[in-house]
Amino acid sequence: MGREILRIEHLHKEFEGKTVLDDLSLTLAEGEVAVIVGPSGCGKSTLLRCVNALEPIQGGSIFLDGAEIHADPRKLPQLRQKVGMVFQSYELFPHKSILDNITLAPRKVQKRSREDAEAEALTLLERVGLADRAKDYPRQLSGGQKQRVAIVRSLIMHPALMLFDEVTAALDPEMVREVLDVLLDLAKQGRTMLIVTHEMQFARAVADRILFLDDGGIVEEGRPADFFDHPKTERAQRFLNTFTFETVKE
Amino acid sequence: MQALGFEVLWKGKNFARLMGGLWVALRISLIAVGISLVAGVLMGALMTRKNPLIKALTQLYLETVRIMPQMVLLFLAFFGTTRWFGWNLSGETASVIVFALWGTAEMGDLVRGALESIPRHQYESAAALGLDGKQSFLYVILPQTLRRLLPQVINLITRMIKTTSLVLMIGVVEMLKVAQQIIEANRMKVPNAAFGVYLTVLVLYFLACWPISLLAKALEKRWS
Amino acid sequence: MNADVLRSYLPLYKEAAMLTIRLGLLGIALAFLIGLVCAAVLYCKIPVLRTVVRAYIELSRNTPLLIQLFFLYYGLPKLGIRTTPEACGVSGLAFLGGGYMAEAFRSGMEAIAPIQLESALSLGMTRTQALSSVILPQALTVSFPALMANVIFLMKETSVFSAVSLMDLMFTAKDLIGLYYNTTESLFLLVVFYLLILLPISLVGSLIERRLRYAGAGL
Repeated sequence: MGREILRIEHLHKEFEGKTVLDDLSLTLAEGEVAVIVGPSGCGKSTLLRCVNALEPIQGGSIFLDGAEIHADPRKLPQLRQKVGMVFQSYELFPHKSILDNITLAPRKVQKRSREDAEAEALTLLERVGLADRAKDYPRQLSGGQKQRVAIVRSLIMHPALMLFDEVTAALDPEMVREVLDVLLDLAKQGRTMLIVTHEMQFARAVADRILFLDDGGIVEEGRPADFFDHPKTERAQRFLNTFTFETVKE
Repeated sequence: MQALGFEVLWKGKNFARLMGGLWVALRISLIAVGISLVAGVLMGALMTRKNPLIKALTQLYLETVRIMPQMVLLFLAFFGTTRWFGWNLSGETASVIVFALWGTAEMGDLVRGALESIPRHQYESAAALGLDGKQSFLYVILPQTLRRLLPQVINLITRMIKTTSLVLMIGVVEMLKVAQQIIEANRMKVPNAAFGVYLTVLVLYFLACWPISLLAKALEKRWS
Repeated sequence: MNADVLRSYLPLYKEAAMLTIRLGLLGIALAFLIGLVCAAVLYCKIPVLRTVVRAYIELSRNTPLLIQLFFLYYGLPKLGIRTTPEACGVSGLAFLGGGYMAEAFRSGMEAIAPIQLESALSLGMTRTQALSSVILPQALTVSFPALMANVIFLMKETSVFSAVSLMDLMFTAKDLIGLYYNTTESLFLLVVFYLLILLPISLVGSLIERRLRYAGAGL
């Protein structure tokens, strides 16, 4: 594996006195795809939000490419450019066209020229099959299309790390595939990704490593085949069982 | 304190006179609010009617009263109607009439808005439960309407209290006028009275309106 | 009604109306800026400043403009702060309007889900960038009706300017009634000129509002 992109050391996070993440450590190498699974409320999304400093942390440290994220709030915009984040609810900017949604950050933050940003935006849109929707507004798109645009909007910043927070959870079932295909494609390109998902089949297909999170800590981690076929801990077994139906009628 | 002119307030009955002036203003607003509340509910009920003539008339009334500054309305009543109709109107009566007309229009619009904000399916689900028209209005529609309406009505009341400060301009002796008189009478002995007295008037108006605004905000938060 | 009287009064009213419009627009523009800054302070929850802003909003919204003007014009000079009637009218209107505009902007900004701000931040934008290019444009659409209502309200409030001896429409009407007793003509022109000022604002406002709603810009 390549150089280290993300290192989390002894992360402690609480909400109003209630511990959400406890002494959590984790490293991610360049090109690695880690998928976080676990029951609802186990702190998966909170972990992603801490990595992007959308949540303050109460202990430990997070390093991105060697730089500590929570050290200096003034350096945050700089660091966040290196982290792309895609939300469950897409969060496109409704008052801007698809093209403007994508080019806003490269132009404002990275001061790239309009022509340059738009050219790259169109190339990226092409790759996710949405080049013809560039002039449309978010409300004219389906959920799956919006989510693909949101992914492009992050990609154009050339992030070193991509965070995906249950990006298919709000989608109608028939649209889940089109979004997951984009993610699989990104994995193939060797992107470094941290993915939170409930889609176990997809997790198995895309992940280099599965992290099973429960009660604010990593309970088990391993290669997808090992984790899904031979979970070591009892909690992981119980969790995986909720996804399979035992025969109903004996 | 000497330099700021507050001491003039404690001379003789000055402060009591000032409070008397405030009461004149408050009395005008209270009477106008009372009339507006009752007439406004009727007005609002009228405005929800489907009849196009009623709709047009109520709309015309609302827009006319609304687009004109209240000062203009006061002038029309005080200088205009006395001239045109030859009646005698004290400044105070003219003020009550104008504020009641204006308040009724605003109140009517609030009532209309609140009534129309209740979604259709609330009526339908009330009917589906077997409530008759009167019952569904009393137990389902009215409570929801009131919750929406009350904070807005309270806000309207503070607006009306603030607006009564205008009656000075048509010669009603209210707080501001009393303040002027006090400052004038002490011009030699307390040259800085204007600062202290006008600041006091400002604070007194604030004290009259602020608690009411807070109440509206609290209700809004609780019921939203 | 006497046509000659109307004609002879017309120039006076025109001049007064120009004064009303000029001072009104200036005061409203300032109120807009004050409101914007105050709303940003509240939205970003800047400590200390937000308390000051809250107090200012309560004070400006719960006192009548007429009294504010009396204090500014007759009270403040006693502390050595002298102003012209015009500056006094404009700053009074800006003080009053700033509080109302701040509330309108604030409620618009709060209507935008916080995760929109977060998604802008995660693209590497600074708070200022996120506020100005993501939150504010959306908030403006939401706040537009309230902002427009404030513009009309403030324009109407200018009618108390005569109290600080500004020769606006009210002043002119009262003066003429007192001097020549042509009450009907004086009041007629008063109403007509206020309509000329206020109706266009109101019409343009509802036109834009309808277009915004049609375009669904934002929502």
